[in-house]
Amino acid sequence: MKIAYYPGCTLKTRAKNLEIAALAALKALEVEVEELPRWNCCGAVYSLADDDLIHIVAPVRDLIRVQEQGHTTVMTLCSMCYNTLARANELMKTDEIKRKTINDFMDEEPDYKGEVKVVHLLDFLRDEIGWDKLKEMVKVPLTGMKVAPYYGCTLLRPKDVAIDHPDNPQILHKFLQVLGAEAVDFPSAIECCGTYQVLGNPEAALSVSHHILKDAVDHGAEALALACPLCDYNLGRRQDAILGKFEGMQEVPVYYFTQLLAVAMGVSDKELHLELNRGSSSELLKDKNLLKAAG
Amino acid sequence: MPIKISLKTIDEQLQRKVREISGQNFSKCFQCGTCAGSCPMVEHISATPRKLMALLQMGQRELLEAANTPWVCASCHTCLVRCPRGLDIPRIMEGLRQVVLRQNINRIEPSNLQPEEVIDLPQIAMVSGFRKLTG
Repeated sequence: MKIAYYPGCTLKTRAKNLEIAALAALKALEVEVEELPRWNCCGAVYSLADDDLIHIVAPVRDLIRVQEQGHTTVMTLCSMCYNTLARANELMKTDEIKRKTINDFMDEEPDYKGEVKVVHLLDFLRDEIGWDKLKEMVKVPLTGMKVAPYYGCTLLRPKDVAIDHPDNPQILHKFLQVLGAEAVDFPSAIECCGTYQVLGNPEAALSVSHHILKDAVDHGAEALALACPLCDYNLGRRQDAILGKFEGMQEVPVYYFTQLLAVAMGVSDKELHLELNRGSSSELLKDKNLLKAAG
Repeated sequence: MPIKISLKTIDEQLQRKVREISGQNFSKCFQCGTCAGSCPMVEHISATPRKLMALLQMGQRELLEAANTPWVCASCHTCLVRCPRGLDIPRIMEGLRQVVLRQNINRIEPSNLQPEEVIDLPQIAMVSGFRKLTG
């Protein structure tokens, strides 16, 4: 199986652990991943102003690059890239007038009509690999790990690009169960981490992130699994600020779902890049005898 | 606090701009409050999305400008998914932000950010934050 891959900016710098673990796991799953040879930033957020088409140009150019490589589907790992590319694609598919304006503006590019299918690794695993096959391929089951599946916003909303039910998603639950972990259901799984408000209203972002972590722990989770580098920043890297501000909080390991996939596929420890996660992330895996170095 | 409403207090220009930028007809809102009950930022906003829709329907520019809601909104889209009237509230928030940002009034000043505040930030935080909070 072969698939085109759009990484996005953050995966090459701050979120190398999201990318490298995913690529190693996909290799173990015998999926050939072809990174687009030329890609640009997707813009991180989809433009919500009706008269702002210039910000749709960047993601559409990426989709045209996918076509140029002879692919019909492109896979993303970052939730925000997924959302931006998928929504731009929907617009090009459904809005004839805006499509014409954008195509006319990019006169050096071939006309684009939303032909490419945008998928996230999670729905690729569900729909293309299949849970049964994935289960067969698990070499190191994550037995005994209680992980809260944290979806965040951009994989689920709006409905037209949702990879699962926007209010009652199960895909990340199922993913964790297939890997052998216990998926800990908690009400905040689909709530917002505060996202870019870390710039505009850092205290508000901190408070909503605290709410999510506390909710996960209160429901019995030992760790969180997520897919978005900005969620990872707010819930993981910034956790020290949460622990310092809110009493009675304990540290919670936060993993990218791709790192847990890589562990289950038996990928070597160094490709997990756990040094980029919170310290407790390696410790929990060692405690459960899931790291090779410990075993 | 009672609000005085007359033909003179309705700012039709603001209503028209928000309608044009958002592509949304906020008159559809029937004030059920599902958005307010769904908003993760509800503790941090000075007026709920429901109240903002009412203020828009009445064209109350001053009260709308005084609300921090569009600037604390994280575009999480929960209100959109749950709105029984199918109103795209995140787009209306964008409209309210854009009428300010298009006057070259930034909500945050990138040049005032301290290096230690941003050194660790993922790029998507910077790109999305600047897209939403600066003109």
